[in-house]
Amino acid sequence: MNNLKKIEYSLKKRKRQESRFKIYGLLGIATAVTFLCIILSSIVMEGKKAFLSTYIKLEVYFDPDIIYTNNDQKEEDIKFANFQKIIKNSLNSFFPEISDKGELRKLSNFISSSEEENLMKLVLKNKQLVGQKITLWLLASSKIDVINKNPDMELIAEEDRLISDLELNWLNEIRSANNIKSNFNKNFFVKADSTEPEQAGIWGSLVGSFFTLFITLILSFPIAVAAGVFLEELAPKNKFTDFIEVNINNLAAVPSIIFGLLGLAIFLNVMHLPRSAPIVGGMVLALMTLPTIIIATRASLKAVPPSIREAAIGLGATKFQTVTHHVLPLSLPGILTGTIIGMSQALGESAPLLMIGMVAFIVDVPGSFLDSSTVLPVQIYLWKSTAARGFVELTAAGVMVLLSFLILMNGIAVFIRQKFEKKW
Amino acid sequence: MTEKIKIKSKNVNVYYGQKKALDKINLEIPTNKVTALIGPSGCGKSTFLRCINRMNDTIDICRIEGKIIVDEEDIYSTEVDPVLLRAKIGMVFQKPNPFPKSIFDNVAYGPKIHGIVNSNDELEELVIYSLKKAGLYGEVKDRLNDTGTSLSGGQQQRLCIARAIAISPQIILMDEPCSALDPIATAIIEELIDELAKNFTIVIVTHSMQQAARVSQQTAFFHMGSLIEVGRTDQIFSTPSQKKTQDYITGKIG
Repeated sequence: MNNLKKIEYSLKKRKRQESRFKIYGLLGIATAVTFLCIILSSIVMEGKKAFLSTYIKLEVYFDPDIIYTNNDQKEEDIKFANFQKIIKNSLNSFFPEISDKGELRKLSNFISSSEEENLMKLVLKNKQLVGQKITLWLLASSKIDVINKNPDMELIAEEDRLISDLELNWLNEIRSANNIKSNFNKNFFVKADSTEPEQAGIWGSLVGSFFTLFITLILSFPIAVAAGVFLEELAPKNKFTDFIEVNINNLAAVPSIIFGLLGLAIFLNVMHLPRSAPIVGGMVLALMTLPTIIIATRASLKAVPPSIREAAIGLGATKFQTVTHHVLPLSLPGILTGTIIGMSQALGESAPLLMIGMVAFIVDVPGSFLDSSTVLPVQIYLWKSTAARGFVELTAAGVMVLLSFLILMNGIAVFIRQKFEKKW
Repeated sequence: MTEKIKIKSKNVNVYYGQKKALDKINLEIPTNKVTALIGPSGCGKSTFLRCINRMNDTIDICRIEGKIIVDEEDIYSTEVDPVLLRAKIGMVFQKPNPFPKSIFDNVAYGPKIHGIVNSNDELEELVIYSLKKAGLYGEVKDRLNDTGTSLSGGQQQRLCIARAIAISPQIILMDEPCSALDPIATAIIEELIDELAKNFTIVIVTHSMQQAARVSQQTAFFHMGSLIEVGRTDQIFSTPSQKKTQDYITGKIG
């Protein structure tokens, strides 16, 4: 066999190798994309239901006998009036045949308990309503909401179903009277956590996340950039700086819960900062984010071509001028990208925050860095571990909100990289 | 030679870590003349050039012995500030390296950081003067706000020369300034070097012997870290006294 024959023979083999390799790659990508689609579609399928809530139309009679118990028609009376009874009576007037007390209680559970307060506020605002009968759409309770959104659940055997056959019959009667509708779930976007799924919202934890990330950013960005610039540009290369470098790289790989324990031990037990507060959460996450930003800073400083440094130094710029006038501006897109990636890591982090008490059940939207609050991933975790069926959808919707924020932040990172990266 | 001497090196040894890169270099460079440093790759000519403005200070493992005297002053003595020295000794690099800023800002950068100018008008005047000196003004006068990196390679290199002369140095070091350029751009730069030699002392490292012959008045031949021979350019290229020089310029070693 001459050489050309040999080459031809081996070439066939190499070509086969190449196509095999291509197929492996495609298989890998296909697998990844498939799993991603499955995850995303299951989350969206479940989560989209949480963006709607169910309302029931009722003729509400603001019975003066119930509202003004003392007959002196004061505001105090309205505040402490038994609006639960008003709702119960309204339901009863739609189902006049029901008289059993137990059944009536079940019936009144069709309407969310939050509507008692809403009706009270409505009457407070407009006292003329007392004695009148008006038609209102009232928020349904979570179990009615779940059944209404998932018709297949009606087919489940009664003992496993959320509501009994009797309640299902009532629901069907309401349906046939066209007294039920689905509307945009505003609560989800304006409220904090609640024990009742139909009243729970993501806003509280979103604000908590915002406060926490703000603290993380203002702490970690300047410290990390200063450290990165010093290590990369100014520090002498010796055993000591090598040691620091190795440790920073190790720090980036430390499990995040360790940072939570550190925060618990130092920020809470030694410094006595408030528990569950975004300021402490932000400090813990800043510790966690520092190595990420330092590494990104150093990498993007390294990527600035030495010719730019030489040009500046050759012109008689000092080290400081070289760095601040040329090197840092050129590496800023890389640094910002690294920062945003660190931030989105921090946004998705829950373990260290559990350690410092940000896992509490918080019903108020936090108003400052010192208020007790929770964050998005922890809120998702809390909802996931709650028994009520309505939280399943809320969990998925929470994941959707979290993912949208991650996508938004990563999108900003990509935009910064594309827009401000200088070519030379 | 009767010329005034600008730079004088005395027994200069340079080490990169354990490796000796330059061995006992004694070289005198005359004022307002072009001195070419030639020799095969790795012979130490660039290293020597970078010793003159202490660019080698930025390399941690680089160590220098001996004296380099510029205007009667040892530049490696402790009183000399390398930043001040580099304001006096400009440098043009092998690869054109304009800042990714506008053409104007590229030239204005040096005067700005050294506080040479007092007003914006003065700065503009200086930038235009420097660009004219570098023979670039005519080509870029309408687009001074374009980035320096948008120019062609030869224009970029002339921009770097304009940038260097804007702080009016006395010496310009050129490290193979034409190695990345085509013959036409090279010819323009060579003409420019001739012109600049009236006002500046120029030291140029080059791989092209034709270039050394064309632009320089004095040539120094380096080989394996040693200075083999130095003399008037016409003499070096016609009647070199050393066999190695003869071999190099005729292409036998290199």
